[in-house]
Amino acid sequence: MEALFALVVGVLTASGIYLLLRGRTFPVIVGLALLGYAVNLFLFSTGGLNTHAAAVIGESITPTDPLPQALVLTAIVIGFSMTAFVVILAIRARSDLGSDHVDGQQGEDGDAPR
Amino acid sequence: MNQHLISLPILLPMFGALVLLLSGKASDRSHRRLSIAFTVLLAIVTLLLLQRAAGGELTFYALGNWQPPFGIVLMLDRLSALMLSLTAVLALGCVIFASAGDDVRGSNFHGLFQLQLMGLNGAFLTGDIFNLFVFFEITLLASYALLMHGGGKERVGAGLHYVILNVAGSALFLIALGVLYGATGTLNMADMGRRVATMSGDQAALVTAGALLLIVVFSLKAALLPLYFWLPRTYSSAPAPVAALFAIMTKLGLYAILRVNSLIFADSDAESAIQGWLWWSGLATILLAAIGVLAARDLRPLVAYLVLVSVGTLLAAASLSTTAATTALLYYLPHTTLICGVLFLIAELIGQQRGKAGTRLVRARRLHQRYLLGGLFLAAAVGVVGLPPLAGSLAKLLLMQAAEGSARLWLWPLLLLAGLSALIAMSRAGSVFFWASYKGEVAAGKVTRPQLVGVVWLLASAPLLVVFAGPISHYSQATAEQLAMPQVVIQQLLGDEPTRDLVQSRQPFHDQTQGDTL
Repeated sequence: MEALFALVVGVLTASGIYLLLRGRTFPVIVGLALLGYAVNLFLFSTGGLNTHAAAVIGESITPTDPLPQALVLTAIVIGFSMTAFVVILAIRARSDLGSDHVDGQQGEDGDAPR
Repeated sequence: MNQHLISLPILLPMFGALVLLLSGKASDRSHRRLSIAFTVLLAIVTLLLLQRAAGGELTFYALGNWQPPFGIVLMLDRLSALMLSLTAVLALGCVIFASAGDDVRGSNFHGLFQLQLMGLNGAFLTGDIFNLFVFFEITLLASYALLMHGGGKERVGAGLHYVILNVAGSALFLIALGVLYGATGTLNMADMGRRVATMSGDQAALVTAGALLLIVVFSLKAALLPLYFWLPRTYSSAPAPVAALFAIMTKLGLYAILRVNSLIFADSDAESAIQGWLWWSGLATILLAAIGVLAARDLRPLVAYLVLVSVGTLLAAASLSTTAATTALLYYLPHTTLICGVLFLIAELIGQQRGKAGTRLVRARRLHQRYLLGGLFLAAAVGVVGLPPLAGSLAKLLLMQAAEGSARLWLWPLLLLAGLSALIAMSRAGSVFFWASYKGEVAAGKVTRPQLVGVVWLLASAPLLVVFAGPISHYSQATAEQLAMPQVVIQQLLGDEPTRDLVQSRQPFHDQTQGDTL
């Protein structure tokens, strides 16, 4: 399970960073979202990966650490609001700057290789 | 009441923000009055806290009475009290300045402003590292909206970069927190410091990795060398009172670095790595920012680069981590924050009297109130460059004295050259604005009374810091000594109980953590 989990987090992070470095706002936002998922999964794993272990004392013999779950919840809420904000901002930038390039300089032809 | 005073710097702006945001239909006038009243109250509260902390007393406040290290604690020591009062003083100047008309160019200026204050104060007070993240996010969210206040192409473009960069920074922050939590099993900074001190082997390496990630995030906020490229554009496109308040935002990064460095990673493996990184990038920041100051073709980016010079200086001083260097840093901090803030305000005043030329360094019509603005500009320029009568020179002398051995060889020339280039750039800007002008004046854009009050309020700090140099440097020395002794904090917050016992009581969680992840 650890290997699978690590692989998922790693692939999500790598894809997130790749997309984050793109020139258009849409891939950048998707990249931020993927990075957010990777971070949430990673945070979740910091308390240790256990099966059949509830985060409530008395529900199972060895309860798991409840704190990472609380942290993930906080991170999800904040990440969600940030994503919503960036989406609106990107739409605003598209209409104000006349281009959805992050630098707002290129025309509609966009990312043509130079 | 007395024991709850420490939570007021967070609660008061939060309440203020709620009132201001919910009373959206009230007149601008009443919004301004309310906002100024809340900021004045905040300033009074922070001064009371400053007085309390000055005696060396540490105050802890367990939120919801959940006992540390499990609950979140607020912690007031000399450093937090200093940052709180500095924020309140700066904010008061900004909010008065904004009341002249900048606040009605968009919606909800005052409500967002109070939210930003809440985030800043919370970050300065909290003793829990995840809570620090939450308050960082509150500050950032408010700053995103404030940065875009009034709209416009330039602001939206700069804002997009700023937001994306900071959201990515937040992701990194969370990863760092995850690593640190996984290694230490706690989020309370004092408790974390206690555990890090006794660690070795694999766990210590993990902590070092987490610590360096954390420093990268704080360097992004503080705008240190490889991570500062967002700052000049963002700060120069922000509305003047917001840019002035942002002068404290870079200091938030500095505060966080000082805090984790002194409380958590003191005497750990991570410390020397952090210091090396901060020292060289601090020096390189000074160098590049000095070049930026000379290259700027507009007063606003020029001031933004001056902010960067001060960031580089402060962080290089922080990396020396001797008591003398920290004393110098803490004496320099209020001066540079307030002066950089006021320069953004003065730039706005100059720009509004030059018609189309704005703050660009080109010949334009004569300024309408050239004596008043010239005087203000001169005072602020002397302050920011660090010429003798004002506090900047004292702070730089203290800092140069504090550097020892080979550190002197690097710090002295860079610091003096940066001062020289700031002097050249500011004299050139002043000559262009006040002497190289055409005949004829633009009558518009007279300095209004609130604007003048705001500027003078902030500018008055410069002579005051010299007049009261004695008590202030005593205070900063006491702060530096307090920072050098994290054991006192740990002992007062968590008692003498050895770490072992605490780990024992958390054994079910901790054992599994280690068993499964390693």
